[in-house]
Amino acid sequence: MARINLILLLLLTACALGLVTSQHKARKLFSELEREQERAKQLDVEWGQLQLEQSTWAMHARVEKIARERLRMSVPDARRTQVVMPAAEAKEKAEAMR
Amino acid sequence: MNYAASPVLVLRLPLWRSRLLLTLIAGGFLVLAGRAVYLQGLNNDFLQQKGESRYSRVLEISANRGRITDRHGEALAISTPVKSVWAIPEEVQYSSQQRAKLAALLEMPPQEIDKRLNESTSFAYLKRQIPPEVAERVNELRIAGLFQNREYRRYYPGGEVMAQVLGFTGANDTGQEGIELAFQATLAGKSGSRRVIKDRMGQIVEDMESIREAQNGQDLALALDAKLQNLAYSQLKLAVDSNKAKAGAIVVLDAKSGEVLALANLPTYNPNNRSRLSGAQLRNRVITDTFEPGSTLKPFTVALAIEQGKVTPQTMVATASGSLSIGKATIHDAHTFGDMTVAQVIQRSSNVGAAKIALSLPAEAMWGMFDKVGFGTAPRLGFPGEANGKLRAYKSWRPIEQATMAYGHGISVSLMQLARAYTIFARDGELMPLSLLRVDAPLTGRQVISPDTAHKLRAMLEMAVDVGGTAPKARVMGYRVAGKTGTAHKEENGGYAAHKYVSSFVGLAPVSDPRLVIAVMLDEPSAGQYYGGAVAAPVFSAVMGGALRILGVPPDAPLKPLELPPDGSEIREDV
Repeated sequence: MARINLILLLLLTACALGLVTSQHKARKLFSELEREQERAKQLDVEWGQLQLEQSTWAMHARVEKIARERLRMSVPDARRTQVVMPAAEAKEKAEAMR
Repeated sequence: MNYAASPVLVLRLPLWRSRLLLTLIAGGFLVLAGRAVYLQGLNNDFLQQKGESRYSRVLEISANRGRITDRHGEALAISTPVKSVWAIPEEVQYSSQQRAKLAALLEMPPQEIDKRLNESTSFAYLKRQIPPEVAERVNELRIAGLFQNREYRRYYPGGEVMAQVLGFTGANDTGQEGIELAFQATLAGKSGSRRVIKDRMGQIVEDMESIREAQNGQDLALALDAKLQNLAYSQLKLAVDSNKAKAGAIVVLDAKSGEVLALANLPTYNPNNRSRLSGAQLRNRVITDTFEPGSTLKPFTVALAIEQGKVTPQTMVATASGSLSIGKATIHDAHTFGDMTVAQVIQRSSNVGAAKIALSLPAEAMWGMFDKVGFGTAPRLGFPGEANGKLRAYKSWRPIEQATMAYGHGISVSLMQLARAYTIFARDGELMPLSLLRVDAPLTGRQVISPDTAHKLRAMLEMAVDVGGTAPKARVMGYRVAGKTGTAHKEENGGYAAHKYVSSFVGLAPVSDPRLVIAVMLDEPSAGQYYGGAVAAPVFSAVMGGALRILGVPPDAPLKPLELPPDGSEIREDV
């Protein structure tokens, strides 16, 4: 009888210690999760700012200005434009124009 | 001798003394036990609360306002966190060196800081909405009594190009104008809160409960196409500047889906820096302002006459006299070309012709036509301050009014209503509902005139932009274009101002399968020219040409350079 009691006591102690460690681990993991979530939020903010920066740089007015002034590009004149259409569509168009 | 057995120590104490002591001690314990039961079992709220406040914290979870994007997902409005610096002036303590550094960081003179701190003893904003990096450096100064708040600030990368469409938000990130106001409920996020356990290091170790889930605002995809918007804006700006106009507006509609692809206004403002704003800059003229459209309304009268079988495009109208008297009033044509066909009335924009056609129609039918194409009722875009325009009940029309309404006087519409009404010519008689948001399934319209009538009108409108019409400058190389000019005296103090005009042009292309409807309006052009064909038509041509190219619409006319008649030789329409 005394032996069983002793074994149970040991078991109980082991379980209690286990509970304490797992609780501690859980809290540690949770705070890690919390940190990562915070980081995710910060990255989200940064993403927003980068998007903002991207659309500021990619403003059509700016792109057009650079293309025209620095790269000396221009919209092709109609005389230098050749439209290629799928054969069936081309036939249809030709009829429509007639 | 045994000490314990000493007779001196043998005392005979009365028994009650020990009993009394025992009872007192037991009683004391009983009181303690009772108190313990009371505190821990019966009335434990207060202590529980105090205990919790030592380790549990309620945290705010902030929610983002949704982004606004164009139809291809390009960002047009984004919220990003910023900091506001505030102080409890009583508690502020800093050295003069710290004060100078703070002033430099906040980009304000040190005196300004003193002034703000002297305004109140308990609370003062030093500066709102500063970038997080700057806020961090302010924090590093470690000045007592100085605190920071997290706020959101909305940025508009498009700036002035689409200011009136998007609108803007106020300090608390709530919409105040435009789309921001119209779709406030969708865009706004709902901040939440939760209860957590923190350890002594201030780290969160356990989540207790979520009190309220935070909800981020939804993103909003507009129908606008940023490329077309920019094109429309820059061309409008060129025209407004070169014609010295007071204001200008343009709207580009997708005739297939009813979406608003571009919408620009001048004068405009920069939504990222809104100091010194005037009402004129804020107004979205396309939607909220009405004007007497002038000749752009003629096609509707003619369409009704054809629909009712009163005329065909080849019917002759007696316009040779160049004037028409109704009661005491007389309508004049500036130029007389002899008698014209109905098609030529549209092509050369004859007021007398349009008035004569109108007088052959019952007032009720004419009112019905105007009503069915949406004049007099707001187009229900969901935009704040949409104008209804003015369309009086037909019972109160006098014959002269019916005649002038045929060429767009005595009736007022917004540019949006006018562009929408032209969808009946672009879509074989169907009037499209419009949408400022991207639509994935095409909307269905309402049939107003028969497809046959719509085709006939399209042919007449195509003649109007050809050589011999009022707007050859509206033509686009490679595409068949159809449209109508409008030039109207401005209404002022109940009459018409002699030298103030509103010039407009509404048109569609390609004629073989219309894809776009564009309406342009310039208010008070004052650089000499004021005819719609000279002022508004070139804007239409440039925007239409560029837009069709951007959208990849195949050309339906031979690609050869257009032969424009020399300046000023186009047919002048009647004002």
